[in-house]
Amino acid sequence: MERTLKFKIFRYNPNIENDKPRVETFKINETPRLNVFTALNRIREEQAPDLMFDFVCRAGICGSCAMMINGRPTLGCRTLTSDLPENIELYPLPFFKMLGDLSVDTGIWFRGISEQLESWVHTQKEFDPEAQEERMDNALANKIYESERCIECGCCLAGCATAQAYPNFLGAAGLNRIGRFIMDPRDQRTDEEWFELVSTDEGVFGCIGMMACDDVCPKELPLLEVFSYIRRKMSTVPLKR
Amino acid sequence: MRVITSDVLVIGAGLAGERAAIACAKEEQEVIILSLVPPRRSHSSAAQGGMQASLGNSIKGKGDNPTIHWLDTVKGSDWGADQEVARIFADNAPIAMREMAHFGVPWNTVEAGPRDVYIKGKKATIVEEKEKEGLITARAFGGTAKWRTCYTSDGTGHTVLYTMDNLVVQLGIPVHDRMEALQLIHADGRCYGAVVRSLRDGEIITYLAKSTVIATGGYGRIYGESTNAVINEGTGSWLALQTGVVPLANMEAVQFHPTGIVPTDILVTEGCRGDGGILLDVDEYRFMPDYEPDKQELASRDVVSRRMKEHMLKGKGVKSPYGEHLWMDLRHLGKEHLTTELREVHDICMYFIGVNPITDLIPVRPTQHYSMGGIRVNKDGHAYNLEGLFALGEVACWDMHGFNRLGGNSLAETVVGGMIIGKKVAEYTKKASLKTDKTLAEQFAKKEQDKTALLLNTPEGENVYKLRDEISAILIKDVHIFRTEEGLTRATDGLLDIVKRTKNVKVQSSAPGMNPELSTALRIEGMAKQAYLIAKGGLDRTESRGAHSREDYPKRDDNKWLNRTLARWPDPDGEPVFTYEPVGLLDLPPGYRGYGDDLREDMKMSIEDYNKKIPGEQKQHGRLETSEPIGTKLPKEMWKSEVKETK
Ligand SMILES: Cc1cc2nc3c(=O)[nH]c(=O)nc-3n(C[C@H](O)[C@H](O)[C@H](O)COP(=O)(O)OP(=O)(O)OC[C@H]3O[C@@H](n4cnc5c(N)ncnc54)[C@H](O)[C@@H]3O)c2cc1C
Ligand code: SF4
Ligand code: SF4
Ligand code: FES
Repeated sequence: MERTLKFKIFRYNPNIENDKPRVETFKINETPRLNVFTALNRIREEQAPDLMFDFVCRAGICGSCAMMINGRPTLGCRTLTSDLPENIELYPLPFFKMLGDLSVDTGIWFRGISEQLESWVHTQKEFDPEAQEERMDNALANKIYESERCIECGCCLAGCATAQAYPNFLGAAGLNRIGRFIMDPRDQRTDEEWFELVSTDEGVFGCIGMMACDDVCPKELPLLEVFSYIRRKMSTVPLKR
Repeated sequence: MRVITSDVLVIGAGLAGERAAIACAKEEQEVIILSLVPPRRSHSSAAQGGMQASLGNSIKGKGDNPTIHWLDTVKGSDWGADQEVARIFADNAPIAMREMAHFGVPWNTVEAGPRDVYIKGKKATIVEEKEKEGLITARAFGGTAKWRTCYTSDGTGHTVLYTMDNLVVQLGIPVHDRMEALQLIHADGRCYGAVVRSLRDGEIITYLAKSTVIATGGYGRIYGESTNAVINEGTGSWLALQTGVVPLANMEAVQFHPTGIVPTDILVTEGCRGDGGILLDVDEYRFMPDYEPDKQELASRDVVSRRMKEHMLKGKGVKSPYGEHLWMDLRHLGKEHLTTELREVHDICMYFIGVNPITDLIPVRPTQHYSMGGIRVNKDGHAYNLEGLFALGEVACWDMHGFNRLGGNSLAETVVGGMIIGKKVAEYTKKASLKTDKTLAEQFAKKEQDKTALLLNTPEGENVYKLRDEISAILIKDVHIFRTEEGLTRATDGLLDIVKRTKNVKVQSSAPGMNPELSTALRIEGMAKQAYLIAKGGLDRTESRGAHSREDYPKRDDNKWLNRTLARWPDPDGEPVFTYEPVGLLDLPPGYRGYGDDLREDMKMSIEDYNKKIPGEQKQHGRLETSEPIGTKLPKEMWKSEVKETK
């Protein structure tokens, strides 16, 4: 039987002076294979023309559409309403700057992380257009790719207790990024340099290890593995100092 | 009003825009990049299968070289490409892949030893060479003589874009995201920057620059049913069309990808068929070898999509509540392969349509995917008729794709194009001076402010979403894979009417900020006008070439139509102007592609005569001077040593 879905959506427009955060309810009928992407567009086009939210790829690839769906941070485009009860509560991701309704500024935060972690291959080598590329074992390439798959959706930060308490916490996404470059032999940063970067309260030491991040990551990144890899790697460093 | 200046303004933070920005920054130019969304969310990130470069490391790519890649590209284009540009591309693609490796892309690499693969539907064992171990490997894609598509699993666009954006961060290039360029600022044949609307707070800002670069990607969403991201609404090509002087080229050349999934139209990569996936009909019968005995599922996209449609018209499609479709079968590739090298595909099928490709067939049908056409530029990426404006990537018609692009050639084009054109932009910028004419900027900004005011204050008017849906309904019905005079006439009539109605849109909400409805309303005229150009270009082109397939004119007509359509819209309230220019120098003479139907009308003019008229005629159509003369990068008849081998 066709259900009538009740969407309770958080509304707030920071561009309106004194706008009050509130929750508005919209009813729509459920069609087969309806997902939150299609539902929100229908609500916008038929009922709330000023409703703000972000989707780009609508295929679970670009990381734009993370939001709190019935209390859980996840990708809107990939969430089928048939997996949800009739009452669906949508809130913007916590932790990130609010831009309006369900839209938050994950882009600026992740750019900041990239700057802070110097998220690029550090090398003295110049590119030589005539030369063959450096060889890399395919197994290693696949391992790096596993971490590289992070789509910067921000779900892990939204689900992380440490991040809510310490706004400068790197979060699972930040730590994963470091892991990705430590693994990469092309990056010539030393263990000491890595240590400086991660062995702080904003880094691995801040992480309480309950793995909420691992649980919510929509790309199923091997976060647990990456964390223990970083910890193992770092545990040897202070001895050398 | 805020005015922001820089040496170079790059509109678009996908692979093409970012690579060009990097090239300019490396030449000490001050660059600002604009983007609708955070750069890493650009649609380049969604590319799955990979990018072509003739590195020839895999055993199935052995002996490959840029000439063979070039041959495949020109044949793929159905001779619509500019052969010199295709050559520049093929020659530089291997360098670009290695450079991306240097920057940090974790390419999949050759593993020495035997490996089971599927070739033409049959299991086979190939043995990779020890001496190639650890070098960038490749998979098969359609329309190619060799395995040439470099990849990282099926997330190639993602890794390459992330690596590129890391470099942008490293070089400190600012990206102003959530910004939409609405209009170019230009006068007397010179571009000075753009009027931009902030999608954070609705502010109108002008950006002034010595050089302006458009790299805004495709317009697929105009079709509604498309594999493209929802932000791909043709706003970049609209910037050029609004100038009235810069032509959009070959807009009728629209690519339909054989495997969009049903429903949702999300793409599953050509890599599926490259890795051995096959297409089945309602009887679970493999039909492609009947149509294309040689290339089978791996003919070029235009051919495979046509064959699929043809087969469905014979009643062999699978009926479903979401319309007719066919099946793609990946089951034989096995769990291991489907959860590693085709993992995104696996996840997309599971999450979006509840189909497990390890055990089930995937419902697919040809879906709008790519635009070969776009802003016409010369081989340096410089736009026709407007100095200081450059374009590259999917939005441009640099024209290595002609009437059909090969899978894996687009992502590669963004990076190669960025490398080459980015340098040209830097060269140009160094010599240029910036006339910061603020009154001119204000004049253009005022146009946008007036437009917004009108949209908000009209007491009554059209609903923008309804207009959008009407446009796509027409395109899907009459401007799709097979086209006829009757359908295209209906489409052009309907679209011209919609173009008029876009001038009377009413926006319901006047909420300050990004106002999503207003954003769409500001784009709708551009969407309607481009839809019209697609239909009208298709109606007038009375032949079939590549993706443009006329049932009433099934032949490729090299005598009349070996040319490129150019469309400008000088009077915004009038109708567009169409002209035609020769495709470019011919080195490989027009011939049979090796797949698809071989219905051709030969050209009567000699190749020498055709080539002789190129520089003069293209100049007449607005081609600006190139830094090197036409033809310098097209060595003569190098293909002759390869044609035997590629047979
Ligand atoms: C699902 C999918 C899979 C694909 N897979 C492959 C593949 O495997 N191999 C291959 O070769 N090709 C593939 N393609 C094609 C290829 O990915 C694209 O053609 C290519 O990535 C386009 O890159 P681009 O840099 O030109 O544009 P995009 O990556 O689309 O970037 C456009 C940029 O412009 C910005 N922008 C747009 N309009 C404006 C505006 N008005 N103002 C400011 N900014 C603006 C956007 O925010 C974005 O940053 C695929 C395409 C799709 C749809
Ligand atoms: S393990 Fe817990 S504290 Fe550490 S990053 Fe994950 S969610 Fe945050
Ligand atoms: S680690 Fe996972 S949850 Fe966190 S940002 Fe990346 S993809 Fe999203
Ligand atoms: S819209 Fe891209 S992940 Fe949801």
